[in-house]
Amino acid sequence: MKLDPVLLYALAGVGLFAIGLYALIAYQHLLRKILALNVMGSGVFLFLIAMAYRAPGPVPDPVPHAMVLTGIVVSVCATGLALALAHRVHAETRQMKLPDESADS
Amino acid sequence: MTPQQNPRDDTRFTARRALVLAFVLAGASALGWAVFSLPLDASGLTGPALEQLAKSGVTNPVTAAVLNYRGYDTLIEIGVLLLSVLGVWSVAKADTFANPPPASPVLWSFLRLVLPVMLLIVGYLLWIGSFAPGGAFQAGAILAGAIVLWLLADAGRTPLPRAWMLRVALALGLVVFIAVAVGVMLPGGKLLEYPPAHAGSLILLIESAALVSIAATLAALFLGGRLANDSDATNSAKPQKGAR
Repeated sequence: MKLDPVLLYALAGVGLFAIGLYALIAYQHLLRKILALNVMGSGVFLFLIAMAYRAPGPVPDPVPHAMVLTGIVVSVCATGLALALAHRVHAETRQMKLPDESADS
Repeated sequence: MTPQQNPRDDTRFTARRALVLAFVLAGASALGWAVFSLPLDASGLTGPALEQLAKSGVTNPVTAAVLNYRGYDTLIEIGVLLLSVLGVWSVAKADTFANPPPASPVLWSFLRLVLPVMLLIVGYLLWIGSFAPGGAFQAGAILAGAIVLWLLADAGRTPLPRAWMLRVALALGLVVFIAVAVGVMLPGGKLLEYPPAHAGSLILLIESAALVSIAATLAALFLGGRLANDSDATNSAKPQKGAR
């Protein structure tokens, strides 16, 4: 059976999402977590763009494309905020990871 | 760096991570199966989007979706951009260029070549967005790139614009967007329901204001905090080193 390119890209998006999700949960370092969130986001964008090309005819579905367009800018801003928060965590605790609440109290 | 933060320790494959991997693989398989079973010929909203295109004021269906059909989303999203900068400002002060490196002649020469071209592309992308792929978001990203390049080359030697000017630039997109959204209600329309005769100019107006705000937002995020010359910054959040 021939794998449809739309399906290939959509499954690649799912794969990226899974890779990001694993890294987000498995690693403590905040930069790794922020990068993992970005990889997850890229997976979602790839999936949405692939799904838009299911429409018959030359014009892909514009609505998922519009969502990705705005989503990219939002993800950049969320990354900026996350980096600022991580920087502050490092300034307060001298560690690039979230404080372990169970060990503290 | 403390021993726990040794990057090599952080990448060891432990039993806990094996468990996480198993759960993620199971979830990904379920997702993949769901994607696999989706119909491959669904047209989604292509039909309605193209039918209404003549009334949207633009001929690029993606721009029509961003600023007309789903204008409510984009309005909120411009607000999210502003919120992200407010969040960054409340936790940090801009100290990226506290110790400026020596001026780099290579960077300056490079900047002289690319900066005019970048600004030309910004204007082109903003204008072409109505007819072809392009628009405020792409143009804003390139304008932000130009500003970041300039900041890197200048490295804090030239004083930054006054804080209120940056604040105006940051808020302009949201303010204009809300003004247009509410303004179209005056002749009796609904929120964000542009009259078809003026939709094209209104969209270009919103996009121009959004361009300024998007570029200012991304550049402010690059600076990483509230500007030092911000008059309200005296009682703000300078990280208290070793406070805890």
